[in-house]
Amino acid sequence: MIMEKIKAVALYSGGLDSTLAIKLIQNQGIEVLAVHFYTGFCITETKRRRGEKKEDGSHYINPALKYAAKYGFPIEIVDISDGYIDVITNPKYGYGSNVNPCIDCRIYMFKKAKEIMEEIGAHFIITGEVLGQRPMSQHLQAMKIIERDSGLEGLVLKPLSAKRLQPTIPEIKGWVDRDKLEGIVGRSRKRQIQLAKELGIDEFESPSGGCCYLTDENYARKYKEIIKVENKITQEDLTLLTVGRHFRLPSGTKLIVSRNEGENNFLYGFKNRYHFFEPIGKGPVALAKPLNSDNLPQEDIEIALNIIARYSKTENGKIDILYSSPEGEEAVMEGYKIEDSLIENWRV
Amino acid sequence: MDIKADIVHDATGTYCPIPITELAKVAKKAEKGQIIELLADDEGAIQDVPAWCQATGNTFLGYKEEDGVFHFFVRKE
Repeated sequence: MIMEKIKAVALYSGGLDSTLAIKLIQNQGIEVLAVHFYTGFCITETKRRRGEKKEDGSHYINPALKYAAKYGFPIEIVDISDGYIDVITNPKYGYGSNVNPCIDCRIYMFKKAKEIMEEIGAHFIITGEVLGQRPMSQHLQAMKIIERDSGLEGLVLKPLSAKRLQPTIPEIKGWVDRDKLEGIVGRSRKRQIQLAKELGIDEFESPSGGCCYLTDENYARKYKEIIKVENKITQEDLTLLTVGRHFRLPSGTKLIVSRNEGENNFLYGFKNRYHFFEPIGKGPVALAKPLNSDNLPQEDIEIALNIIARYSKTENGKIDILYSSPEGEEAVMEGYKIEDSLIENWRV
Repeated sequence: MDIKADIVHDATGTYCPIPITELAKVAKKAEKGQIIELLADDEGAIQDVPAWCQATGNTFLGYKEEDGVFHFFVRKE
């Protein structure tokens, strides 16, 4: 009798937990395809776009690619950014602690994983999820909803916590040996570190929330502010949230002031679509987006100029700033450095 | 590096991981043995392309830089 080769699709972040989950299952003779989703909210992408490098001069890496290659499993990077924007702007189950619409986001990813599973004839899904200790029932309930809504009930195996969970179909059918899985619960990473040693995993990224902006507190604050003030958010707004200092001026204008050379270059790319400010001399560029019309209110222009002056090299507190409108009209204006305490009134 | 490619794909202006998702799409359609030339200006692709080849079992043949654009050569296996 020829045994059918058992295959699994792994949701892979590049972090230690999902790497361990894959190795545990691979070691049982199961073929694993790692799938890494690109959501469009990736910190590595933005850093590279800005030309930023790590302190040691190396590039920000894509951990999923790096560790798939290093630890020997095939990987597919799947671009889900198109539909993902709808998921995060309109989440059925609401937002998590920041703006990561965790449940909706997981459902979306699991549905995509299911498509890939069916496409390649795989039998089940694995993830590196570890059951939380304190909000355990809450976590279990969320897992249930995610599996149900993605049509994967009983087919999602979490090798790191499996022994503390109901047996899944792969365990019941004997595709995987439940005894060789783990029963990790909680946030202590002790067992994972030990397991890494056992499985020959000698290098991994520190668990720091990963590559996703949506779990970042500062990003979340600015995101929620836009929803509150503007009632909607566009793809471009989301991109602009990744750069600069953000201010909301008295008439509702959003002002974004660059923080460094990389952000200057990035913001120049938006010059012809926004009201744009460039100090004549040393200083950051900035762009402004009025709230309800195309016209930038006079009151907001003055404050914008003065905020930009605060971050520029001024002479007696003054600097000339070249303004250009989205239509390309230009004018030289004067910015006067203002006190930091005043600026705080408008900072998002 | 002078390699004649069967398929040339331009991914300039995109950043991690888009050059790789583009490469994967092209490789999926390519025939075994064909050589793909991927153009990218994301310097990080210098690490990503060889890693992707290693993880997916394709062969990384090398790269060259011309006017700030990297040309990566990959043989579909």
